[in-house]
Amino acid sequence: MKTQWNDAPGGFHPASAPDFLPRRELERLQLGRLQSVVARAFERVPLFRRRMEEKGLRPDAVKALPDLAKLPFTVKTDLRDTYPFGLFASPMEEIVRLHASSGTTGKPIVVAYTDADLQVWTSVMVRTFAACGLHKGDVIQNAYGYGLFTGGLGAHYGGEALGATVIPISGGNTERQLMVLQDFNVTAICCTPSYMVHLIERAKDAKIGFGRLKVGVFGAEPWSESMRHHIEQETGIKAYDIYGLSEIIGPGVGIECAQQDGLHLFEDHFYPEIIDPKTGAVLPDGAEGELVLTTLSKQAMPMIRYRTRDITAIHAEPCPCGRTIRRIRRIGRRSDDMFIIRGVNVFPSQVETALLQVEGTLPHYQIVLSRVKGLDEMEVQVEVTPEVFSDTIGSLESLQRKLADAIDHVVGIRVKVHLVAPRTIARSEGKAKRVLDQRNI
Amino acid sequence: MMIRQLSLFLENRSGQLRVPCKVLGDAGIDILTMSLADTQQFGILRLIVKDWEKARKALEAAGIVVNVTDVLAVDVPDRPGGLASVLESFEKAGLGIEYMYALAAARERGQYATLVFRLGDPERAARLLRDAGVKLLSSEELFARAGA
Repeated sequence: MKTQWNDAPGGFHPASAPDFLPRRELERLQLGRLQSVVARAFERVPLFRRRMEEKGLRPDAVKALPDLAKLPFTVKTDLRDTYPFGLFASPMEEIVRLHASSGTTGKPIVVAYTDADLQVWTSVMVRTFAACGLHKGDVIQNAYGYGLFTGGLGAHYGGEALGATVIPISGGNTERQLMVLQDFNVTAICCTPSYMVHLIERAKDAKIGFGRLKVGVFGAEPWSESMRHHIEQETGIKAYDIYGLSEIIGPGVGIECAQQDGLHLFEDHFYPEIIDPKTGAVLPDGAEGELVLTTLSKQAMPMIRYRTRDITAIHAEPCPCGRTIRRIRRIGRRSDDMFIIRGVNVFPSQVETALLQVEGTLPHYQIVLSRVKGLDEMEVQVEVTPEVFSDTIGSLESLQRKLADAIDHVVGIRVKVHLVAPRTIARSEGKAKRVLDQRNI
Repeated sequence: MMIRQLSLFLENRSGQLRVPCKVLGDAGIDILTMSLADTQQFGILRLIVKDWEKARKALEAAGIVVNVTDVLAVDVPDRPGGLASVLESFEKAGLGIEYMYALAAARERGQYATLVFRLGDPERAARLLRDAGVKLLSSEELFARAGA
């Protein structure tokens, strides 16, 4: 699949992408697309039409971009309740691809694409890779899972359209990943950040380096700034945070540029709002809240004001890279990942930050929640590494104390730290499972 | 005079002690002596073997965290009060003991008992103890003592 920018001689020219449109031109484009997508959803998606009518609204209520705030939200359970095809706005014969999420509880959610949707998806992935400094001639090892998960195919077609060489290795088989990385002169890798940490560990064991690797495009799970430092220091690559979700399109909703200071949203296709998760009120740029996205150009499955559950803030200030599309702060917290222990809201990323503050601790950890005699207990299992292991009980106990202190400092509660032997915490080849909740609530 | 000791991190659950012993067995390495320090959660297995580098490689290849520490092997007269008199030399030299254990299968029973000591600054400790007339064993002497 080719895109207009990539067809130019010499490959991709990022300056010709909508990333750099003057704001007023961009907003004009957004409004036109918003009006069409709202009309399309109203005409073709019964659930959306009903919700609009309940509010006494018709598509012509959208006269300017801020009018979006009048429209009803869409939430994840809407996708489950209308399983499998209830939110489709195109007839099946126009739908050329289906993906589905890993439904951890019950039915998965299904998402659909027309040919035009796939072209948009590919174009935003081209812009994603370009923002990471990749171009024709780069060799991309795509270790996102191929299949129902959107990560694999999304990155795949984007990489090809960029003009890069794509290795569709998919997830897993770490030995082969490391071999291919060396032998095929790979310059960029796509995978989850936790899998990258695993690759680093195994490469160290095998005493091999990362060859020509210079860029990592990591996403599909929240990861901390300290984890980025760890990956960059261990490998010498630049680690970029990519954002996306199947409900909106897959990977390619937002990406960091070379500044690595927030993720640019491809807002010519995905319009962002930040809301107060409790009241639903739209918050101004800069304020922290839940990210709500509207797909401006989606045909098969338009999402109007989809609540992502991701907590972030919009940065509207101009970026030194010249992109005019706005940025969101890195997402360290998903309201879905949050758990409450003894009345305190805790995000796994906070625990990760705390652990990394204690020198020498690799981010292999797991949080285990249990209920003992009616009381919630939180235990953090941390693998002992050669760097932190010394041969007296006292020094290990002092390490446990330091880790518990660091968590206490960041999270605000005292937890039990359990030192475990290396490689005893299960490694994930996709999204890391950081929290094991055994409370049976 | 330094003896290389291997310290291994073990979780305190059943089967954990067997794993490193099996690894060493498969590598044909004889354990001269060992001691186990434990807490409710984890333990540290301390080992003295002849070929410590080979042992370390085998253990690390099996995914076990290994730490190498210098310890001193001290000959203590095998009679009532023998250890007390050696410890007096430690005290006079101002040396703190982090931990100690006895050498298994020493052949000089009746003359000497061989004890392994971990001290804060082993180099300095060796010097001071020698000056105080305490008998320290070299690796070769230790292995001979253990019949290896």
